[in-house]
Amino acid sequence: MSQDLKDVIQAADPANVATINFGPTHPSTHGIFQNILKVDGEKIISSEQTVGYIHRAFEKLAERRPYNQITPITDRLNYCSSPINNIGWEMTVEKLIGVDIPKRVQYMRVIIMELARIADHLICNSVIGVDAGALTSFFYPFSEREKIYELYEELSGARLTTNMGRIGGFERDFTPVFHEKLKSFLKTFPKAFEEFDSMLARNRIFMDRTKGAGPISAERALSYSFSGPNLRAAGVDYDVRAMNPYSSYEDFDFIIPVGVNGDTYDRFMVRQEEIRQSLRIITQAYNNLPEGDYKADLPDFYLPAKADVYNNMEALIYHFKIIMGETELPVGEVYHAVEGGNGELGYYLISDGGRTPYRLQFRRPCFIYYQAYPEMIKGLPISDAVLTLSSINVIAGELDA
Amino acid sequence: MGKIEDLETINGEGYQLTTLDKAIALARANSVWPLPFATSCCGIEFMATMGSAYDLSRFGMERMSFTPRQADLLIVAGTISKKLGPVLKRVYEQMAEPKWVLSVGACACSGGIFDTYSVLQGIDRIIPVDVYVPGCPPRPEQIIEGVMNIHELVKKESNRRRYSEEYKHLMDTYQIDIDQHGEAK
Amino acid sequence: MEKQNNQEYLTAIQAAFGADVLAHEEAFGMLNVELTPARIHDAIAWLQQHQDLSVNYLTNIAGIHYPESEGREFAVVYQLHSWKNNLRLRIKGYLPKENLHIASITDLFAGANWMERETYDFFGIIFDGHPDLRRILNMDDMDYFPMRKEYVLEDATREDKDDRFFGRNNNEL
Repeated sequence: MSQDLKDVIQAADPANVATINFGPTHPSTHGIFQNILKVDGEKIISSEQTVGYIHRAFEKLAERRPYNQITPITDRLNYCSSPINNIGWEMTVEKLIGVDIPKRVQYMRVIIMELARIADHLICNSVIGVDAGALTSFFYPFSEREKIYELYEELSGARLTTNMGRIGGFERDFTPVFHEKLKSFLKTFPKAFEEFDSMLARNRIFMDRTKGAGPISAERALSYSFSGPNLRAAGVDYDVRAMNPYSSYEDFDFIIPVGVNGDTYDRFMVRQEEIRQSLRIITQAYNNLPEGDYKADLPDFYLPAKADVYNNMEALIYHFKIIMGETELPVGEVYHAVEGGNGELGYYLISDGGRTPYRLQFRRPCFIYYQAYPEMIKGLPISDAVLTLSSINVIAGELDA
Repeated sequence: MGKIEDLETINGEGYQLTTLDKAIALARANSVWPLPFATSCCGIEFMATMGSAYDLSRFGMERMSFTPRQADLLIVAGTISKKLGPVLKRVYEQMAEPKWVLSVGACACSGGIFDTYSVLQGIDRIIPVDVYVPGCPPRPEQIIEGVMNIHELVKKESNRRRYSEEYKHLMDTYQIDIDQHGEAK
Repeated sequence: MEKQNNQEYLTAIQAAFGADVLAHEEAFGMLNVELTPARIHDAIAWLQQHQDLSVNYLTNIAGIHYPESEGREFAVVYQLHSWKNNLRLRIKGYLPKENLHIASITDLFAGANWMERETYDFFGIIFDGHPDLRRILNMDDMDYFPMRKEYVLEDATREDKDDRFFGRNNNEL
């Protein structure tokens, strides 16, 4: 804490201290969470958080569901980038049952996950623009984002809660329309994105508003177990994709951008650069997409095609076994982490061999780093607190589980 | 936009007559100010509905009212937990008459897939709902259809509804005290 | 310097904590070490300070309920990560249901604060020395710990899930 800040806080006359409610329904909380701020004029002296307003008991729910029915729950964790959650969960189960995934599936997953990362970061950065007073920066990227939704739709039929993929691969191969749309996306998106970038990145007003808003040092961020873009903005180059590569991330050439001050501007810039890197990864993966099957040979977990179920005894048996949860599962404890939109998204799965997990814990990056928020906004004006909140990208579904 | 020709009118040379109710209803239906009470996944689809591809402002609804006092339509999009229930009820009570409620998504309608100890099994347990939009989450087209249905309701609703016995009875079932003008106390 | 592996971690922990290491295994490539609950705080502090082991990152804290195993009904699992050696490790402590106390590690990792509150909220495990141990996700007036196995998942107020509507008539109609 700087000396100035200490002076401000010590000088606060109790008679001048006001208590205000920031949330639970506030236009700039972008979700439902409450902060009770104590302010002296415009300066925030302290704040107290209340979370849990959309607690949906994911972990208890997961203890009652067979493995392939848990994928839809993971959709609703960080719903801005559902496919990463889905695929992260599928990889956790694959780790438990120990299965080799074809190279093509791994590359397909990388493409989908990086598209999801772009969609996630676009929401966050456009909302930072909105909170700084620039509504165009919301409308413009959103029309680009719709194109990512169209790509999801080709593979899963859904826009937001995708339930993408299956244990062992994908439900279907990339369709011809998907190929077409992905190619045109790779062609048109960079231009639109650079236009969006030029609206804000070197905009004097935006820079003045965001620089120095909600900073956190690398040491504190680490102590708070930050991960993802928020940690990288503080200058620590931790990225699960590079540290523990999964799904063939080691095959791709990409940079992990880092910031210096850990403030709102750095977080914005880190996300912008990550979008560019994601595009690079998608291009590499797409250009080198291996031939092969879009699913692993895993009859115990991968639902057979419906036509086979009607005509083929073996397929019918597998279908029945999967739906009724009669499949043999190994006993054990697995932890698998992926780099989600907000950081290290982990699945700690304990299997006792039953049809449902004995315990499944989600490591939800939002939940872990949001607790640093009071520290980050101390001594700042309320308007900076708003920007800080949108730039750390707290997603209520992931926060409250 | 609503057209004046839509109204049932008596036309003559140089004048056009209709009832006040109908004229007001037309004006109201085309300038519904929504309060987006967006909590989770459905909120993102609601943002897409507001965005340029689906453009809710075609219907005179681009003015998001984040203060309940100046809102006509409460759009509840997303899961409402038991912890959040009282907050939602308070927001509803603060809205001025006339007011409508659009429940977006399976969670708001019925609890959806979250039949769990912490989730309210449908917002109609605490506030009256006018239109339900199913889906998990509903596509923007569905949300727009829900909004269109709200517009139909707004056009047909009597200006005196809030003074009626039925309305008082409805509010009684939700334990909302109202004064003689139908406003929550 | 050579990167350390699971075996070297285990040897170092055993050397330092001897009899307090109650069990260990390697599960899916990750080292699991069970310690006496009373020593876990010291062990994590020691791991954090250690030059070579340098466990610098707290991944998460999980509670688990094993109602069947007497005297070891609850487990607290700390998943830690050493970036220097890129090694993940799990520290476990088992608690009997009569005495759900364990030392808080909020003094070592600031991020442990909410993780411990969540574990308290779900399982009722009490972290001694925690600055503000309250419920976090559930309502303050909740009178049970919902993640314990004996409590049902479903909302008790639903009427449409009555067995009678599905032709499963147990009691009276």
